[in-house]
Amino acid sequence: MTKQQAQSNPNTNGAPSLLISLFCLHRLSDAVPFSLSAYYRICCPFPPLRSPSPTQEKLAMAQGVGMFTVPQTIGSVLCCRCGILMQPNAANMCANCLRSEIDITEGLQKHVIIIFCPECNSFLQPPRTWIKAELESKELLTFCVKRLKNLNTVRMVHAEFIWTEPHSKRIKIKLKVQKEVLHGAILEQAYTVEYVVQDQLCESCARVQANPDQWVAAVQLRQHVPHRRTFFYLEQLILKHDAAKDAIRITQMDQGIDFFFGKRSHGVKFVEFVGKVAPTRSRTDKQLVSQDSKSNTYHYKYTFSVEISPICREDLICLPPKLSVSLGNLGPLVICTKVTNTIALLDPRTLRQCFLDAEQYWRSSFKALLSSRQLTEYMIIDMEEVRSEENVGGSRYVLADAHVARVSDLGKNDRHFIVRTHLGHLLSCGDCALGYDLYSANSNDFELDKYRGVIPDVVLIKKSYEEKRQQRQRKSRSWKLKSLNMEVDDGTRGREHEEKMNTEYEHFLRDLEENPDLRFNLSLYRNKEYEPSMGSVADGDDVPSVPLDELLADLDLGDEESEEDEMVE
Amino acid sequence: MATRLQYENNCEVGVFSKLTNAYCLVAIGGSENFYSTFEAELADVIPVVKTSIAGTRIIGRLCAGNKKGLLLPHNTTDQELQHLRNSLPDSVVVQRIEERLSALGNCISCNDHVALTHPDLDKETEELIADVLGVEVFRQTVAGNIIVGSYCTFSNIGGLVHPHTSIEDLDELSTLLQVPLVAGTVNRGSDVIAAGLTVNDWTAFCGSDTTATELSVIESVFKLREAKPSALVDEMRKSLIDTYV
Repeated sequence: MTKQQAQSNPNTNGAPSLLISLFCLHRLSDAVPFSLSAYYRICCPFPPLRSPSPTQEKLAMAQGVGMFTVPQTIGSVLCCRCGILMQPNAANMCANCLRSEIDITEGLQKHVIIIFCPECNSFLQPPRTWIKAELESKELLTFCVKRLKNLNTVRMVHAEFIWTEPHSKRIKIKLKVQKEVLHGAILEQAYTVEYVVQDQLCESCARVQANPDQWVAAVQLRQHVPHRRTFFYLEQLILKHDAAKDAIRITQMDQGIDFFFGKRSHGVKFVEFVGKVAPTRSRTDKQLVSQDSKSNTYHYKYTFSVEISPICREDLICLPPKLSVSLGNLGPLVICTKVTNTIALLDPRTLRQCFLDAEQYWRSSFKALLSSRQLTEYMIIDMEEVRSEENVGGSRYVLADAHVARVSDLGKNDRHFIVRTHLGHLLSCGDCALGYDLYSANSNDFELDKYRGVIPDVVLIKKSYEEKRQQRQRKSRSWKLKSLNMEVDDGTRGREHEEKMNTEYEHFLRDLEENPDLRFNLSLYRNKEYEPSMGSVADGDDVPSVPLDELLADLDLGDEESEEDEMVE
Repeated sequence: MATRLQYENNCEVGVFSKLTNAYCLVAIGGSENFYSTFEAELADVIPVVKTSIAGTRIIGRLCAGNKKGLLLPHNTTDQELQHLRNSLPDSVVVQRIEERLSALGNCISCNDHVALTHPDLDKETEELIADVLGVEVFRQTVAGNIIVGSYCTFSNIGGLVHPHTSIEDLDELSTLLQVPLVAGTVNRGSDVIAAGLTVNDWTAFCGSDTTATELSVIESVFKLREAKPSALVDEMRKSLIDTYV
């Protein structure tokens, strides 16, 4: 502001008066910093919040009512130390003088050492927590600010990173703090804190480094049946639900699979997952690995032994009499139609279905009489419906009488059987079906021996597409499956075992094609190598295949043009 | 000339002393240094009187006066009143007034012609002030503060007010008081002007914390640089006497 000429000053006869005009702000609000920072920022003053002067209040009120008020112009005053003109403030000193007198960052930490684990990119918060954070991230900023002591004596307004070379092992943070100084002025100052980063492996990484194959929990999944269909199916389920993402190692064993985990909780979670998709019974044990008796900590290895029930789909079962009676006289010969965490049993003669959950099964643990390896082919000579279509537990069956003959018998002899079957909706004259041949089977089963009633000669299970498959030219399918990353102990088996595995896998794939409800829980992916064969025209009657809209396009994050929209079933 | 001093290591000299054109009051107690500084400056010109008011040392804030009179609060003891009447020149009227606001030095700021008072002062007090001190009384506020006696000081030549006073207020006050005014600070940025500074027409005393800048502002507004008691008379003589015969 400038000097003004004296107005009507009789005393000093025209001598220029030193009128230095002034301002009105004094008390500074908390919310808006009047900043006298190192960068000599002096913001425009704001109306005071803490103790408004009476004139301010009156002004505000008067203006509200609409009265005439005199505008108050803020003048300037000389700094009491250096004498430069400045806007007045509570300390009546210019920014420079105030800064040179008072340093509010005195007593605050400027150098801190922090500890970093290079394996898992985390920082140590003593005494024992490790916090994962990237360089220049929000979490790292919060962590660094928390490590500063005495920061509660001042009010922190702003914090940000100053760029340092990533390999320099230094992190710099610029902090702006505010503190009240003499006469109620609030001074804001910026300063830098430097963090020295020291490398140290955290305990879990150290343990992993020392012994990379170290597992803490092992889940041994077993099913005592001669085939591996269940494990193929389980593998697909595990892939779909990502249940084995925490597994350190997966090993394929005889009659089962072993999963190894780094934490007990992962093992428990996996066991529960398996319990939800298959009827299982499990046992757990632990073994002491090391202990620290001074601090009472013990390290164990935990083993979970999970046994899956040996009953599979399409098995023929002869129920023990007690169980049969308790299920309401379900005829002792039943077919297992579906296995999830319950077993669904269907009596083919009465079309009654019932469910057994895992506990009930293991209480009366019966074995299958005949399983799908022992299916024989039959030719349908004649079909006659007995009852109309029924809906049993979600699937449709038609009770019918069928006149069948074994395919191996055709042309050789005249043996035929009349059998009551539940597949009346699928089969018709001239079809092939697969079923169990009880007439010529030599079964070694107590329950069956004890049974007094009539045992049917044949139990039909499903329709056979064998001939049509042989006619089919196509070798490849339009879809494919992913597989788990398993270690297989190869050496001892030999080629026969491998061939057996391949045929079983092929059967499993055929099963998937034939049964939409089996596919329901899995993810199938489109096979890129598949070309529909040019030559073959009408496949005639459907060999069942997977309709295209059930396939998931395999997500390819490469450079090629993106796949069409994913189609999810 | 402005002098820097301290009362018992405290820079608020305006609290412990009262300086006018006709006399000077100084608080008792403490070392003789305080008293002797005043004596050295003023002894041959005006009487320097050591006193207490109401048994306290804060005499500067309890009494208000100019060369014509002195006003004392109701709790001044009779001995003190008598002592003051005896020590001060006869032209000075010493009066004890009954007023609810007994810190008269904080409520009244005056020179030989005009006084600014606390807006809540009684009507009788106002009349008494006009009578005893022979001044024109204005009820005012300074920078929104009602205790005008603390936040502004003026003599017959100039005045210093609270640093946060706006330009409009400054103009208004200046018109009322008919002296040039400056907003500034004393004692290293303190805005309680009258507590840190006591002034008359030719001399001023301020706390030792006062910086050189503040001191130069004080000296320029109160025109103390060339000021001597005789300088006033010389100036008047120049304007009064036309020719020497």
